Amino acid sequence: MSPVLGKDLLDLESLSAEQLRLILDTAEPFKAISERAIKKVPVLRGKTIVNLFYENSTRTRTSFEFAEKRLSADTVNIAVAASSIAKGETLVDTARNLEAMRIDMVVIRHPASGAPRFLAQRIESNVVNAGDGTHEHPTQGLLDLLTLRDKCGRLEGLKVCIVGDVMHSRVARSNIWGLRKLGAEVAVCGPRSLLPAAIESLGVHHVFARVEQAIEWADALNVLRLQLERMQAGYIPSLREYNRVFGVSRARLERAPKDLVILHPGPINRGVEIDSDVADGPHSVILDQVTNGVAVRMAVLYLLAGGRPELATAAQGGDSR
Amino acid sequence: MPAPRPLLDAKAMERTLKRMADQIVELYGGGDRPLVLVGIQRRGVQLANRLARIIKEHEGLDVPQGALDITLYRDDLQTVGPRPLVGATDVPWQLEGSNCVIVDDVLYTGRTVRAALDELADFGRPARIALAVLVDRGGRELPIQPDIVGKTVDVPRGGRVDVQVVELDGTDGVTVQGGATA
Repeated sequence: MSPVLGKDLLDLESLSAEQLRLILDTAEPFKAISERAIKKVPVLRGKTIVNLFYENSTRTRTSFEFAEKRLSADTVNIAVAASSIAKGETLVDTARNLEAMRIDMVVIRHPASGAPRFLAQRIESNVVNAGDGTHEHPTQGLLDLLTLRDKCGRLEGLKVCIVGDVMHSRVARSNIWGLRKLGAEVAVCGPRSLLPAAIESLGVHHVFARVEQAIEWADALNVLRLQLERMQAGYIPSLREYNRVFGVSRARLERAPKDLVILHPGPINRGVEIDSDVADGPHSVILDQVTNGVAVRMAVLYLLAGGRPELATAAQGGDSR
Repeated sequence: MPAPRPLLDAKAMERTLKRMADQIVELYGGGDRPLVLVGIQRRGVQLANRLARIIKEHEGLDVPQGALDITLYRDDLQTVGPRPLVGATDVPWQLEGSNCVIVDDVLYTGRTVRAALDELADFGRPARIALAVLVDRGGRELPIQPDIVGKTVDVPRGGRVDVQVVELDGTDGVTVQGGATA
């Protein structure tokens, strides 16, 4: 019995290693579809997907939309500022109204941690978490896993350090869960004020106070975006000081015993958490991450759309040729 | 269900493929249009490979080959659920304007071939598309018929036809399970 995903994708914490591998293995052939002259397959023809974004996002929303369109689904984008949500409608009311128009899936980004789960328990449609508060960003975690597996050939035993504002980062949480389940060693590095108090309870192997130590230890760095408002909130003294202590620069990488793979979820603050010559350098896989994002989201949508075991009673193996 | 009984052994399968290769060249190999073989994942790919090799040996003709994984073009996602994508889709650039022969191991309902026709159309427009199958077991659910058949056998619903190829299974042969009349 091969693993299935179930109705929703809400986090990586609750997925098994088999389910994670299923998504990554499914994403691999989906990459080729975006390289075809006709970048479209009919597998989700007739499905309607709503992208419900309560926070601004260009990259993630566009990536989901491309994934949906390349699978032939019909898509509607709802941005909060221009909707009746701005008039005070609750999340569940919004979703129920959408369901009354017979949708099949909701892709949701929300500033409140847990909002996608709350929604998933109350509607019939599949729910995909596109980032919720400081909880998780599962498809970003998956595309990071896929990119690392491609570039390094394996995840088992790979040493990955997440650098930056781990405390506020849903990307960091999805990475930690996903990497650990697939056998990688995970470390974090950042100012103590931006690491969660109980970071060790997430099962990380090391907590580095200096980025030089992280660079010496790791095979790959996942450099997080430093939200500029963290400075106003007093977590760090200044952007310049942050860059001086934690910035990933070429000079620092050149002292490493080996070449490191450099990931960044974007958007990049050049000269703050990462220097331009690193972001654009030969070991940066930042644009591969973006390419892989479409493939991984296609895989998730494909697996969720058909992955309702209760509907799959007619499954008979491959004998309907 | 009774034990599987052999329909073709390795020798007979080799002979059958030779005959199919001859027919492919005879029907579609002439003229100025390129001949292209496209196998359906999985075992259609190995069979297309075999046919191309025989054509090369006998006629000295280099036949471009491709592969189709039709999983994403199936019509049963809702009822059967997502299937693993087993192989690459890789269609040769010569497809446009070619004589394209789709190759599969077993023809049954015709739904796989329907999906393959849809997928092929996304890659180009052959001048002509033909269908070659090693075994036609009957039981069509769509108006689709093969142009070249290795072996015809009537296997009712519930029966099985299994094609084995050296490349994947370590041996060549075809077996049938369930009441069949050759």
